[in-house]
Amino acid sequence: MLSEFFQALSTGASIGNTVVAMLAEGTLVTLYMTLVSTIAAYLIGLPMGIALVVTADDGLRPNRIIYKCLDIVANIVRSIPFLILLILVIPVTRAIVGKSYGPTATIVPLVLAAGPFIARMVESSLLEVDRGVIEAAQSMGAGTGYIVAKVMLVEARSSLIVGATIVLGTILGYSAMAGTVGGGGLGDIAIRYGYHRYQQDIMWVTVILLVLLVQVMQWAGIRLSRKLDRRVRN
Amino acid sequence: MEPIIQIQKVSKTFRGRDNQVEALKGITLDIEKGDICGIIGMSGAGKSTLVRCLNYLEKPTSGTVLIENKDLSAMSERELRKIRTEIAMIFQHFNLLMQRSVLDNVCVPMEIAGVKKKDARKRALELLEVVGLGDKAKSYPAQLSGGQKQRVAIARALANNPKILLCDEATSALDPTTTKSILKLLQQINREFGITIVIITHEMSVVQEICSHVAIIDNGVLAESGTVTEVFEQPKSSAAKKLVYMVNPRVERMTSRRCIRIVFQENSSFEPVIANMILECKAVVNILKADTSDIGGIAHGQMILQLPQERADADRMIQYLRDRRLIVEEVEDYVE
Repeated sequence: MLSEFFQALSTGASIGNTVVAMLAEGTLVTLYMTLVSTIAAYLIGLPMGIALVVTADDGLRPNRIIYKCLDIVANIVRSIPFLILLILVIPVTRAIVGKSYGPTATIVPLVLAAGPFIARMVESSLLEVDRGVIEAAQSMGAGTGYIVAKVMLVEARSSLIVGATIVLGTILGYSAMAGTVGGGGLGDIAIRYGYHRYQQDIMWVTVILLVLLVQVMQWAGIRLSRKLDRRVRN
Repeated sequence: MEPIIQIQKVSKTFRGRDNQVEALKGITLDIEKGDICGIIGMSGAGKSTLVRCLNYLEKPTSGTVLIENKDLSAMSERELRKIRTEIAMIFQHFNLLMQRSVLDNVCVPMEIAGVKKKDARKRALELLEVVGLGDKAKSYPAQLSGGQKQRVAIARALANNPKILLCDEATSALDPTTTKSILKLLQQINREFGITIVIITHEMSVVQEICSHVAIIDNGVLAESGTVTEVFEQPKSSAAKKLVYMVNPRVERMTSRRCIRIVFQENSSFEPVIANMILECKAVVNILKADTSDIGGIAHGQMILQLPQERADADRMIQYLRDRRLIVEEVEDYVE
């Protein structure tokens, strides 16, 4: 199906072999930005989410000050539209990557935007863990570290994977948005050909590719989550 | 010998934003080593808070708890975690880790205590045999029934050779048959390993079944405590009476207001005591409540009878029962 579709496209008037190559590269670049950003953003978001749960009033180590700070940071970052954030952090991007455009440069704002988002996803997953199980671990003399690593993260595993799937989809969307300012990848192609040159066919192909990518990620994520969930009798 | 658990003037107040709840009001109670002590009360009486004070999951607002003469209130967080490995706990909803296998669940306390993985697995398998689930090691909790889950929880509780086992409504989510089998298992554990057991429950039948001692908590206060026999035969406080009689609402037709409670404890279950009494006295009684069982040919339990209006008949019946060495006491206001 898909190959026939590409075949048809490549023989079309406006889309040649070079275009197919460009789309293939765009797909790879998009995947690169999405995956690297997601991994890097989890390095920020996961500890931040854990800290939010642990320092909450009814958490394992309540700490109003730390909780409030993280809470406010998460809210501020998440309330800035991504496109604005992208522009706001250009100086930071320049300092880290050396330039403000291109796929690698896009990763910086993606990580900054996704980190707090991930923190919220992780927070809500961890809050789903049965309080009774945590209490049981406490009654056995478990410390905070053990409870976080061996009880909360393990019990919330499936929910965390579903969260990661949602995060991947969101970052993919953001990366496409970064195309408007020369971010590279499929979003970039869609903007340049679809918007600036008004080549609708190329725009539609990129849109379909983006949809397919999200579908595949979603399918794989949900499958993995279910496969690892021991609450389901299988 | 010093009691293994000494609860000294423990009070606990929960403070909300603009209200406060006194869950416990100065409770003092000793629990001896090797006892099975029931702590019973209506829901909201404070018993769950009290049991959490015994391992300091809940810190008392005032007063303290001594475990083997060691004052929990003087302990650091680290010391508390250490002593908690000696005080196991099981729960109403089992609280097993759903994402870990049965075997891994039993290994958890040993993992916390730093036991080597290989030794832990070996001991976990032994414990699963003790609770009769040797074949379920590789299963996950979701694949087990309620009774089986509680057995896993008990195996887990025994992992670190605790001195004390706290049971928080451990049978309340189970059906009567499963409850009986879990209580039997607890009794066996108490006898074989000499573990002191504290059982929190709202069911008198649980206390009757296995406890040696009972403490009745009512509205945050210790209403009464003693051996189960003492409290069951002659409840003094109104809270105790309420639990023992389990007040049954009004009865119609028989108009007499005179009721008695009789306790069976040594009569042969083959002797039809009540039927003989009716034949002998030629007057009828109304059985308002009966909770008896046959244990090894001896009748155990209690019955509440509404006596005939005629005073002479009623007196004769009481005499008849006393002659047969039954404990008889008049119950006031049982019927209205």
